[in-house]
Amino acid sequence: MFKSKKSEPSGVDTTQHAITEPEKEQPWQELGLKQDEYEEIKNILGRRPTSSELAMYSVMWSEHCSYKSSKIYLRQFGEKVTDEMKTHLMVGMGENAGVVDIGEGLAVTFKVESHNHPSYIEPFQGAATGVGGIVRDILSMGARPIAVMDQLRFGAPGNQDTARVVHGVVDGISFYGNCLGLPNIGGETVFDSVYQGNPLVNALSIGSMKHEDLQLAKASNPGDLVILFGARTGADGIGGVSVLASETFESTGPTKRPAVQVGDPFAEKVLIECCLELFHSGVVAGIQDLGGAGISCATSELASNGGKGMRVQLKNVLLRDESLTPEEILMSESQERMCAVVPKKKLKAFEEIVNKWEVEYSVLGDVINEDRLYINWGNEEIVNVPPRTVAHDGPVYERPVAHPSYQEQLNNSNSSSLPRAKSAADLAAQLMELIATPNQADKSWITAQYDKYVGGNTALSMPDDSGMVRVSEESGLGVALATDANGKYAYLNPYEGARLALAEAYRNVAVTGAVPRAVTNCLNFGSPENPEVMWQFKEATAGLADACLELGIPVTGGNVSFYNQSGDEAIYPTPVVGVLGVIDDVARRIPSGWQDDGNNIYLLGETFDELNGSAWAKDLHDHLGGQPPKLDLNKEKQLAELLHGASIQGLIESAHDVSEGGLGVAVLEAALRFNIGARIWLGDMMERDGIDETAAMFSESQSRVIVTVGREDDVKFQALCEARGVPCLRIGVTDATSGLVEIKDIADLKLDDIRSGWVETLPELFG
Amino acid sequence: MPKIIVEIMPKQDLLDPQGKAVANALHRAGNKEISAVRIGKRIELHFDREITEADLDEAKAQAANFLSNDVIEDVVAVTKED
Amino acid sequence: MKIGVITFPGTLDDRDAQRAIRLAGGTPVPLWHADQDLKKVDAVVLPGGFSYGDYLRCGAIAAQAPATKEVIKLAGQGLPVLGICNGFQVLVESHLLPGGLIRNEHQHFVCRDQKLRVENNTTAWTNLFEKDEEILIPLKNGEGGYIAEPETLKMLEGENRIAFRYLETNPNGSMNDIAGLTNERGNVVGLMPHPEHAVEPGFGPDTPVAMRSGVDGLRFFASVLQQVVNA
Repeated sequence: MFKSKKSEPSGVDTTQHAITEPEKEQPWQELGLKQDEYEEIKNILGRRPTSSELAMYSVMWSEHCSYKSSKIYLRQFGEKVTDEMKTHLMVGMGENAGVVDIGEGLAVTFKVESHNHPSYIEPFQGAATGVGGIVRDILSMGARPIAVMDQLRFGAPGNQDTARVVHGVVDGISFYGNCLGLPNIGGETVFDSVYQGNPLVNALSIGSMKHEDLQLAKASNPGDLVILFGARTGADGIGGVSVLASETFESTGPTKRPAVQVGDPFAEKVLIECCLELFHSGVVAGIQDLGGAGISCATSELASNGGKGMRVQLKNVLLRDESLTPEEILMSESQERMCAVVPKKKLKAFEEIVNKWEVEYSVLGDVINEDRLYINWGNEEIVNVPPRTVAHDGPVYERPVAHPSYQEQLNNSNSSSLPRAKSAADLAAQLMELIATPNQADKSWITAQYDKYVGGNTALSMPDDSGMVRVSEESGLGVALATDANGKYAYLNPYEGARLALAEAYRNVAVTGAVPRAVTNCLNFGSPENPEVMWQFKEATAGLADACLELGIPVTGGNVSFYNQSGDEAIYPTPVVGVLGVIDDVARRIPSGWQDDGNNIYLLGETFDELNGSAWAKDLHDHLGGQPPKLDLNKEKQLAELLHGASIQGLIESAHDVSEGGLGVAVLEAALRFNIGARIWLGDMMERDGIDETAAMFSESQSRVIVTVGREDDVKFQALCEARGVPCLRIGVTDATSGLVEIKDIADLKLDDIRSGWVETLPELFG
Repeated sequence: MPKIIVEIMPKQDLLDPQGKAVANALHRAGNKEISAVRIGKRIELHFDREITEADLDEAKAQAANFLSNDVIEDVVAVTKED
Repeated sequence: MKIGVITFPGTLDDRDAQRAIRLAGGTPVPLWHADQDLKKVDAVVLPGGFSYGDYLRCGAIAAQAPATKEVIKLAGQGLPVLGICNGFQVLVESHLLPGGLIRNEHQHFVCRDQKLRVENNTTAWTNLFEKDEEILIPLKNGEGGYIAEPETLKMLEGENRIAFRYLETNPNGSMNDIAGLTNERGNVVGLMPHPEHAVEPGFGPDTPVAMRSGVDGLRFFASVLQQVVNA
């Protein structure tokens, strides 16, 4: 990875040199640029770029920073939106994170992001810095970060390399999130061999603020100072840029340049408190966090967003490593740094606050009244570019799209060909097996490594269906968050798979008593240079945008992660969808399991014979084929509205969504939640819906929830369901004394037996 | 650059979980000849002038009072280095 | 009654401690580590977190802070002081409490609801508990194993200075299952678990009664208010 050839005499490549040495060979290809992009840069500048400019363009025009392959599709999220959907939207896509009004003059900002590739190379630091990065995005909107969640996808459980990645990632998230004092309120963990060489580590953060606290990333007043503060700049994450090094790396210094960023959560915690104090003191006119592409990104984006320019003295950057070249400084991805735009008259106040927190800072330059970004290295000009061309007007690709050659055969291979349980004992054994598979098993081995208490506002966390945090202590106003994805469904049908992910997250918010209001997404796909992957992406984004429109909740921001593939093997298209909901008082929240004895258990929704893409098919029979379960978003809306109405009236004791694993798994999970058994019967359901036991137990039909209701509320609840047209069927009764989950005509399962299988799986694999 | 090196180790009879974890990893990697691992700290105090005897005494005091916790650690050495 | 809560760089549970004081009926007073002035508070809480990133040793740098030095001085004169988790580490580094706290044997951070026995209910922070009362308090840490010389342990046991002991599980290998200690006078108490996370119904640990209903931590803060009133 590190080039060691000596390419030219040492010395900085200036704009002057670019004019006097126009024919100089430049490693644009090694830096990831295409020929036509290199030509375009020369066109924009009217000369060849300097090494520094080349470095800036190459990183800012990379897929990760410019979204060049996805832009044309992401537009849909902004286009397929009604005015009504925008009612609560204070800041939409395009900023660091979306901001949603939640009432009482309060707002929340939230977003999910990926840090997949670094987490495969160095799982601990990759996951840790993933958390750090998303938290800084939230902070830069002016909010106090209040919670985190993570969505993890690992390879086959039995594979040795999986354990390496699992340990590193969980330790990294635990280390960074806990040290920041942010409760981890939920997420998901999935194991599938398809992610073996490409684990997915997505991180979400949410922050809260008053409306007037909103900050934006723009430099719009000439004369304002541009100040870099936080950690010193070092060699993190610049592996690729070393092609620009004018010396061999042996002669450069004692240490090799790390390709991975290294995080220090203590520095970030201090930065959070310092920034919040800066914001509340009214000292800052604009703020940007430094993530991918570091200073290149911060300067060009602040300038471009503000419609002005900037003059920067790069030698003012405080360095950890004095041997860094200007190109390396521009590209460095050192963590825990922010860039503030500060009016001159506020400088003293700014300095007082950063000094109080012992945070280092340096004035890099100022905002100017020109559409130009000038960067000097001492007396020499090394960058002179129009900021918009770097930050926003990058290349836009319309990559070739092709319907996958395997798709037809895949969709024709129906799970109905699979043998079904012939006896009650077989069926029960399958259920016991399924609940103990890594995908359905208890995740406490992971989640116990996360702090869920800090802040004192966590109303719900794992294993409940969404995480819920109180935002206002006075009124109890709070928000709920759920994130979901099903790579199997998306592989079978990317359009439907994306809709199904949204539906599941939406439902998971609704079952806790909150009202869904906004969406974020992290789109994890293979290589965009593969037309079949591009087709998946096109379908999935359309599916998600159409579904958001139908449900009336807008996408407020998100992230795209391409190139998740090893050789020709791409991961399943895995669009992770996060839904945010609002609840007027968190005291009303509904847990996912029943606590009382003798309450009726109702199944809301209908069940069809839909085993394609199910956990039963994949994890018990290693089968993936057919079309995923049907989805009627109208039914989801009706269901959510019913749950809300019922919960306002205090009718619902517990509610749990039925998703992966089907009804059997949902019932066991609800029983395990507080260790209270139940008597269940499937006969009525089988008759009404015309399905057999296997379908009843394992089908993954959508728009279904199991609910328990206090005896005194039975009549009211059933009437409410009928009035709203939601199918409601009594399928059981809770039983606190038997220690059993009795499934009529199938089996009497001991809670202790269920629990021991369910609880042991992850510790045995990874403990 | 003149410096004083302070070396600190966990107390002899104290459990060193870090050392134990590292020893286990070495054993798994095949180094069964290593019977135990103990992990300490090396702290460098940098000076931008010549180091005096008084500096060394001061460093010893700081090593005992602040840089180490005498309940769980021992100061193994405080030495001058150029 | 004014109870100070000191914030160091890296402190995490200060706002929770302030809330606990408020819910118990006191007035929380935020204190800054660099200020020697403790604003005439009636008691002080050193909250949990990772002060100074646990650099050098947990609590070692915080123990040198001007505010901490003042606390040490006033503790000698009877000021009630509660050290929670990282705060306990600061008390141990300050030698207000004996022994040491080292990394968990199993190396992993663990967050769980921990059963404790209150063995000394005569301290400033435990006088509202029954002797040997069993309580449920959240625990969350990676470096909390208590160790001490055999003579020290003998002394602590003999003088009833073990304030809390772990029940059912010892989560971090602490000697003698020690979860928390008190000083001779009973005004300084340190413990690894977090009482400030079990003070508000709906946000505490699950109990057999209801989800998140555990509020055993509230009596820590109510006890000291009682103490101050009676003083």
